[in-house]
Amino acid sequence: MALDKSEVLAGLTEIIVDETGLPAESVAPGKSFVDDLDVDSLSMMTIVTLAEDKFSVRIPDEAVKDLTTVGEAVEYIVAAEAPH
Amino acid sequence: MRGSTPPTPARAQILAIDGVRGGRLVPNDDLIGPIDSSDEWIRQRTGIITRARARADQSVIDLAADASVRVLARANLAATDIDAIILATVTHFFQTPSAAAILAERIGARGAAAWDISAACAGYCYGIGHADALVRAGAARHVLVVGAEKLSDFIDPTDRTISYLLGDGAGAAIVGVGATQGIGPTVWGTDGSRAGLVGQTRGWREPGAAPPTLTQEGPSVYRWAVTAIPKLARQAVAAAGIDLADLGAFIPHQANLRIVDQFVKALKLPDHVVVARDIVETGNTSAASVPLATERLLREGTVPGGALALSVGFGAGLAYAAQVTRLPGGEQ
Repeated sequence: MALDKSEVLAGLTEIIVDETGLPAESVAPGKSFVDDLDVDSLSMMTIVTLAEDKFSVRIPDEAVKDLTTVGEAVEYIVAAEAPH
Repeated sequence: MRGSTPPTPARAQILAIDGVRGGRLVPNDDLIGPIDSSDEWIRQRTGIITRARARADQSVIDLAADASVRVLARANLAATDIDAIILATVTHFFQTPSAAAILAERIGARGAAAWDISAACAGYCYGIGHADALVRAGAARHVLVVGAEKLSDFIDPTDRTISYLLGDGAGAAIVGVGATQGIGPTVWGTDGSRAGLVGQTRGWREPGAAPPTLTQEGPSVYRWAVTAIPKLARQAVAAAGIDLADLGAFIPHQANLRIVDQFVKALKLPDHVVVARDIVETGNTSAASVPLATERLLREGTVPGGALALSVGFGAGLAYAAQVTRLPGGEQ
């Protein structure tokens, strides 16, 4: 069953909060990983790797640099979700 | 076939470990100009405060020789007791002759079998795996394993991917026959599909080009390491027939403190396991990093001799290797 955006956002927010220590309220679809959440390229790799496991999707390294906001990451995960 | 064969397989141990670091501790502030960076950025991103750099007139073989002389003294052995020398390095400027052959002559071990291995940051753990097999097979009684690098010879100061991480040094171990087996199975391998992630900017043979320097795809290497290496570490511990809680020390390649911390988190290491963090002062010394980090733990008394240590090397290739060893000193 496909995940909906709100579920992915909630799960991704948990991962971001765990990695950055930021409060969950500061994570929203319009937030930039680099400019708003202070996520550097190494933390971003941790986040996408954990997201891969959590949502059973593949997010290749080449795709990561295009994911500038939380919302873009949510969209990518929803679109990439493997059929079950 | 005629000839002598050992009556029973020998048991291999690490008899001694020692090392030398480049004599100058270079602070971040000395490197930030050409990469338009800051001390804070480097610390936050790598955990490095200084890196050890050798003098311009020192070669990788000079560093290897200093470490070798020290470890021989520590083991109370003469150079003539060494049957084989394995030198792990990627910073010897010659494909041939090997740095190990020159090292053998320099330290007075003429006649020892000697060869280099190129497994980058996994090189020392590869070497311990080789030496363990040689000793157990009866092919050598004492093997000198050296990880030595003068990475500062391969740095582009304007490179933002790796230059500021790198240090110089050499770590050495002597693997010899012991009363009990002190080296667990080496779990190792390569993933050549990712060979482009770490290495030289170019080959040696491009006409008119400047000599190669080192470069890496840092975030991709990080991702690979934090995904693959904890699994490798668990395999090595299982192969040794122990649990993570039996370890006294965890000594991963000192690539980046962020990577080390991610390993600890992923492995859920018990608090009593001492984690090597030599990178903070020494930087990333590739093949030398695991033995130098081990040397520091033993010298500072953070871990007692005889404790079990999990060593893990990983880097260009991508090559990786891990093994549990009983640290020299204490009960063998």
